[in-house]
Amino acid sequence: MLLGFWFSPFVKRVEWALKFKGIEYDYVEEDLTNKSTLLLTSNPIHKKVPVLLHNGKPIAESLVIIEYIDETWKRNPILPQDPYERAMARFWANFIEQKVTKSTKEALVSQGEQQEKKVKELKEAMDVVEGEAKAKLNDKTLFFGGGNGVGYVDIVLGWTCNWMETIEEVGGFKVLDPESQPQFHKWMANFREVPFIKPTMEPKEKLVEFFRMLRQDRLGLVANK
Amino acid sequence: MAEEEVKLFGTWASPFSRRIEVALKLKGVQYEYIEENLTNKSPALLNYNPVHKQIPVLVHNGKPVAESFVIMEYVDETWKHNPILPTDPYEKAMARFWAKYIDDKLWPAAKKVVVTKGEEQKGVIDEIEHKMKNLEGELKEKKFFGGESLGFLDIAANIIIWLLVAQEALGMDQILNEEKLPALHGWLQRLLDDAVFKECVPPKKRHLDFSKVKFGSSIASK
Repeated sequence: MLLGFWFSPFVKRVEWALKFKGIEYDYVEEDLTNKSTLLLTSNPIHKKVPVLLHNGKPIAESLVIIEYIDETWKRNPILPQDPYERAMARFWANFIEQKVTKSTKEALVSQGEQQEKKVKELKEAMDVVEGEAKAKLNDKTLFFGGGNGVGYVDIVLGWTCNWMETIEEVGGFKVLDPESQPQFHKWMANFREVPFIKPTMEPKEKLVEFFRMLRQDRLGLVANK
Repeated sequence: MAEEEVKLFGTWASPFSRRIEVALKLKGVQYEYIEENLTNKSPALLNYNPVHKQIPVLVHNGKPVAESFVIMEYVDETWKHNPILPTDPYEKAMARFWAKYIDDKLWPAAKKVVVTKGEEQKGVIDEIEHKMKNLEGELKEKKFFGGESLGFLDIAANIIIWLLVAQEALGMDQILNEEKLPALHGWLQRLLDDAVFKECVPPKKRHLDFSKVKFGSSIASK
């Protein structure tokens, strides 16, 4: 069972991992304003989604959940087998979380000078991502997972394909740039087309509407009613 | 078997590089330790960790690994005896969850407590106490987070020692007192008694003096 929000990129990651492995699961849509007892008891520390419940036992934190999935259902491995390659995959997943995901979230809910600072950090992080994409990807290796199959880093980075544009629009800043990030944009295009991933992408208008509300709420801006 | 070359770049006062030392020693892995000067980082360090330019970095047969938890998992998977992480996937997930909690939630608060004063500092102390109570919930009746012997989460929780030394250096009450956090208090004594772990704790006086200088000045200048 997976507890989630439709708009959450963290939940989406876990769904991609489950779908990649062909695991059947029940999806439960939580209400952000009225979290279920199940959610609050399954993740009392953070009270957040995603939470995976496997035979009643809860696991929280998207990256922890994905590694659990990979170790419990061994077909279609998400992480590489070799310890060094695994370390590299985990290193990049951490980098993405600390520098890309975190800065994007912070840029979304800030404005003025504070936002400018976050956007600058984010741009620098994207330069590093582009560098890594240039180093690892080519016509034969479409994904960070190697070859034609997605792997851990792709799943962790995948939210950028749908959410980055949305958050740019809502937050009023620009970070994505096909000219300075050609390899990254190629990777995004390929990721969006992966058969089990394509149908999961939420429509942009729906996401924009939701995140606009979230930003206004966080900034304490009151919309004219 | 080929000659293994293992190098660890770290600093003596950093709980993060100390974590790696514990892991390597628990596994009986021979390694060369290189003390870095963070105000004058070596070309080797910058070459091995160009993205973050930070310690710790483990270099195994010339291949670098950075980020303390990533390194710990690499060490555990490369040298399989004396496992640090549990073998059961669920227990493993719990260890990773709480290790993340320590670094994402407890560590930032610990860093904050030494640079705040008065009411603000009191608020941070309350926050840390609350977080440590959560950790106690995970420890329960166990000898160590890892069970009978120390494991991943015990090693990750070494930042608590850093916090306690910093508090002592600043003349603050120790946050980990027996009344409020009995289980963690007992755990800490066992941790510091452990033959391997205690080799990987900075010498107390040196650490205290270092913390006095580092944090004393940031308070005095306010």
